[in-house]
Amino acid sequence: MSNETPLLSIRDLAIEFRNQHGVARAVDNVNFDLWQGETLAIVGESGSGKSTTAHAIINLLPGTGRIAAGSIKFDGKELVGASSAELESIRGREIGFVPQDPMSNLNPVWSVGFQVEEAIKANNPGMAKQAVRAEAIAVLQKAGLADAAARMKQYPHQFSGGMRQRVLIGIGLSANPKLLIADEPTSALDVTVQRTILDHLSQLTKASKTSVILITHDLGLAAERAEKLVVMYRGKVVEAGPSLEILQNPKHPYTQKLVAARQVTPRVPHTSTEVAVKVSNLEKVYSIKGSGFKSTPFTAVSGVSFEIKRGTTLALVGESGSGKSTVAKMVLGLEKPTSGEIEVDGKQLAGMKPAALFDLRRHMQPVFQDPYGSLDPLQNIANTIAEPLVTHKVGTRKERQERVRELLEQVSLPWAISTRYPSELSGGQRQRVAIARALALKPDIVVLDEAVSALDVLVQAQILDLLAQLQDELKLTYLFITHDLAVVKAIADEVAVMNKGQIVEFGSTAEIFANPKQQYTRNLLDAIPGAKLL
Amino acid sequence: MVGYIFKRVLQALPVFFGTTLLIYFMVFAMPGDPIVAMFGDRGVNQAVYEQLRAQYHLDQPFLVQYFYYITGIFQGDFGTSFSGQPVGDVLAATFPVTIRLALMAVTIEMLVGIGIGLFAGLRKGKLFDNSSLVMSLLLISTPVFVIAFVFQFVFAIKLGWAKPTVSGAAGFTELLLPAVVLSTLAVAYIVRLTRSSVIETSGQDFVRTAYGKGLTRQRVVRVHILRNSLIPVVTYLSIDFGVLLVGATVTEGIFNVPGVGRTLYQAIIRGEGPTVVSFVTVMVLIYLAVNLITDLLYAVLDPRIRYGK
Amino acid sequence: MANRNEHFVADLAASEVAEIDAVRISEKPTNLYLDAWRDLRKRPMFYIAGVLILAVTVMALFPGLFTQTLPNDNCLLANSNAGPTDGHPLGFTRQGCDIYSRIVHGSSTSLSVGLIVTAMTMAMGVFFGALAGFYGRWVDALLSRAGDIFFAIPYILAAVVIMSVFSDYRNVWVISAAIGIFAWPSTARVLRGEILRVKQADYVMASTAIGVSRFKILMRHVLPNSIAPVIAVTTISLAAAIVAEATLSFLGVGLPTSTMSWGNDISQAQVDLRTAPQVLIWPSLALSITALAFIMMGEAIRDALDPKARAQR
Repeated sequence: MSNETPLLSIRDLAIEFRNQHGVARAVDNVNFDLWQGETLAIVGESGSGKSTTAHAIINLLPGTGRIAAGSIKFDGKELVGASSAELESIRGREIGFVPQDPMSNLNPVWSVGFQVEEAIKANNPGMAKQAVRAEAIAVLQKAGLADAAARMKQYPHQFSGGMRQRVLIGIGLSANPKLLIADEPTSALDVTVQRTILDHLSQLTKASKTSVILITHDLGLAAERAEKLVVMYRGKVVEAGPSLEILQNPKHPYTQKLVAARQVTPRVPHTSTEVAVKVSNLEKVYSIKGSGFKSTPFTAVSGVSFEIKRGTTLALVGESGSGKSTVAKMVLGLEKPTSGEIEVDGKQLAGMKPAALFDLRRHMQPVFQDPYGSLDPLQNIANTIAEPLVTHKVGTRKERQERVRELLEQVSLPWAISTRYPSELSGGQRQRVAIARALALKPDIVVLDEAVSALDVLVQAQILDLLAQLQDELKLTYLFITHDLAVVKAIADEVAVMNKGQIVEFGSTAEIFANPKQQYTRNLLDAIPGAKLL
Repeated sequence: MVGYIFKRVLQALPVFFGTTLLIYFMVFAMPGDPIVAMFGDRGVNQAVYEQLRAQYHLDQPFLVQYFYYITGIFQGDFGTSFSGQPVGDVLAATFPVTIRLALMAVTIEMLVGIGIGLFAGLRKGKLFDNSSLVMSLLLISTPVFVIAFVFQFVFAIKLGWAKPTVSGAAGFTELLLPAVVLSTLAVAYIVRLTRSSVIETSGQDFVRTAYGKGLTRQRVVRVHILRNSLIPVVTYLSIDFGVLLVGATVTEGIFNVPGVGRTLYQAIIRGEGPTVVSFVTVMVLIYLAVNLITDLLYAVLDPRIRYGK
Repeated sequence: MANRNEHFVADLAASEVAEIDAVRISEKPTNLYLDAWRDLRKRPMFYIAGVLILAVTVMALFPGLFTQTLPNDNCLLANSNAGPTDGHPLGFTRQGCDIYSRIVHGSSTSLSVGLIVTAMTMAMGVFFGALAGFYGRWVDALLSRAGDIFFAIPYILAAVVIMSVFSDYRNVWVISAAIGIFAWPSTARVLRGEILRVKQADYVMASTAIGVSRFKILMRHVLPNSIAPVIAVTTISLAAAIVAEATLSFLGVGLPTSTMSWGNDISQAQVDLRTAPQVLIWPSLALSITALAFIMMGEAIRDALDPKARAQR
């Protein structure tokens, strides 16, 4: 392969899906080239067509998808219209594929070893059984799986997410392909795990001069990992070129917005002396059912103490399993602490009578993570927002309707959606509705449990703005739970870093970012994709 | 795995006691004289009446009666049939025939049902899929005794391909027609279940990843789609075994197959209450046993269960 | 991109950036049930099943609209198993009664049994399933084990035992109870599973945090979101109940022969299967078509209510 011709060349690619209403074009007029040994990242929000484009290369479009026009030339061969036998010989052997979600991409009923061996056998017909096994072990070891030989017999559910992703990367690279397509390979994982896995992946592909197409929603991650970027928006390429150049000098308005969303201006810290929430020595122990009749105690939270001052935001940051959501649920009175005290507005939560707890709920409301699960799909928007008012018997029917109108205005949603159901709204709009519902009773304290984590970056920035604005207007106190340190800067005054059920570091946002004292906090900060680029 | 088996067996115990108690309760704790009620209009002669009263310990309190009954079951004593033969002996004579019939029916169900379902699922919306859908709906909505009569009439009486009734030997070829009739009960459901299961599995991420590895379509279908789709089918087969037992009762009755089902069928038709109760109990126990065995088979098919998740 | 390091920018006019997260709503409100209803009205199966069910219902309520011949009058043994004649389009039974008239008058039995059993299984299944799924813990353990016990006895076998015991009181209500008492666990299981799924949803937690009572959450949020599969299963089980009644009648432990019932007619026609198969075929056909109508209706409802199945078509 000479350096003059690209390894992969995509021209005028268009992809269509058939649905009830006819044919919809998901991807249109996509062009890009990829040379041997290069890493190229396709960046875009959900629905931008980035994954669809990548899947089209090896003809793995889901459902009714089909390539409507254009050409995909790989290593001199035209892939559009190629026979299934030709594609089978290219898949795996020449183009490896690493899928997005490690939880659903390994077949749960076959052992991990079987699934690796299967890939090796498919790409090396006639290889002896012993050799296949040895090769599979080598592949898993290379992918960074310790004691690979022993783990061959295990099943996917016995592996953690990070280890499964390593297996999938091993499978993708098992035949030393010329090109590896990695579709959001780490977005389901914790940031620190994400970092080690991506480091490992680039080490492997650099060593073997494998070209990589990296699909991601994260501009920082893309710029950090790839030499070249292709920015997609609504099925079209809006900008493409060398990563650093695009990051420093974005030309298309969409790219400019994406870059701007990364440059968070740290907020002016809010201060107060009045304590809104006080948590001391909180502990939560679950008993986990083991095999048989034994159950083992599992300490989810231990020795957690903090204070949130009125009108300020405390961010509780940690990776999955750190116990941060459990703390949120205990503060909300949805879970009972094993020991420790929670004081809200000067009142002890423990031992509170149901009637008093009911009253307290007026002052403290939550917004949860999953925008698709946080609204009842069978209740219209007005009823959803009015539910707290009805439950606490606030106002007449007319007054409640007026309040709903006011709340919709506060979260910048039109009154027209009040008779609509959640299925018509986007993720960001649903979170706005959830915020409106939380504000209905004019609470002082709002607990935001990963409230923006599932949203696209631009929508995320918009909701964070809204939250900051509401906080100023209504003098709200926020407990902001997140795994994403990047959003903390924009919203928090103080940060508590949690690890394994304990708070390992506590400080003002500026302090934590500028001068982290604990190694764990430093690791988290280092793991923010593209942190050093801007 | 051992823990799983232990747990399953332990879970089956209360169900065993519960079901036997329930059947016993339905028969003997109702108001009125259960023996007279069971014989209905036919009346019962004094000797039989006394014998049954003693056999079921009707002079004792209900739970004591039940205790005698359950210890009897553990000793292999299922009571005495109407003709005076111990139910255990009748079972020994008739059980092998029913097992043969049931195995043949289940084999036909699986071969035909999974085959058609797989084919329909892989070609959803095509002619084959749609016609198998219509056929399965027709089969589902027809009672098994109607199917039995229609098949008997068409294949045995009109076409002469088989004998309308089965001889005492109940050989393989003789049992073929009743087995086909019996299989029609579940075949339609298995077609539909396999079809939707295949369609769902085909859309799973790991199937796309399997293609991405470079596997051929044939291998992906065989190793990844079919294997995973079989799990709900196996569950269904075990739950449906009760329907199969009822079907066997009707089918054996109509085709005169000398099995457990026919004995029960004749006992029902003749209004021999005590025999009916004994045989229903036996069938429920068989059903429980089959469910237990499939639960264990399930663990073989699905490692997530094997390793106690 | 002729050049390897070209910085490409799309034509701004052709790739305008839309307002972030703009609200776009359709003409009419949509949710699961509204969508399902719109979807149903596009399905031929729904109309075919609907017309058939309507026909059987009218037949059961007003048999006089369909036939003037009374089913048990004018039965002449001379007509035994005779073919169709003028005014008797389907011929005669062994006793020389008009088959068509018997089918028309027998429809109410099948339909009543189907409806009573369905009402029973629905009520018991929803009650126990909801309690077990929503309240969990010992309520669940107790109800699930009880359900297992009822589930372990095939309902037709159970009905055979009950009907044998109640041989003196055989009527539509008793036979329906005998079938229904053992048929509810499957409904309860379906609902319990759905509730276990739905109660994990964040909106349930959000309502709890608002202070809505547990019972209100169950009634207002959890049940409406988990009942859909039960509706479909119940419609199909109506057909199963009709078939069960016929099977019991066929076994001779159903309704007394004096009661007009398709099952009884099929049962009585079996002796003459060789010589007069039509006597058996007609009531069987009526039974199958009725069962088919309810199964088709249930299938259509299930597909309409399940967004996944809608995509499967």
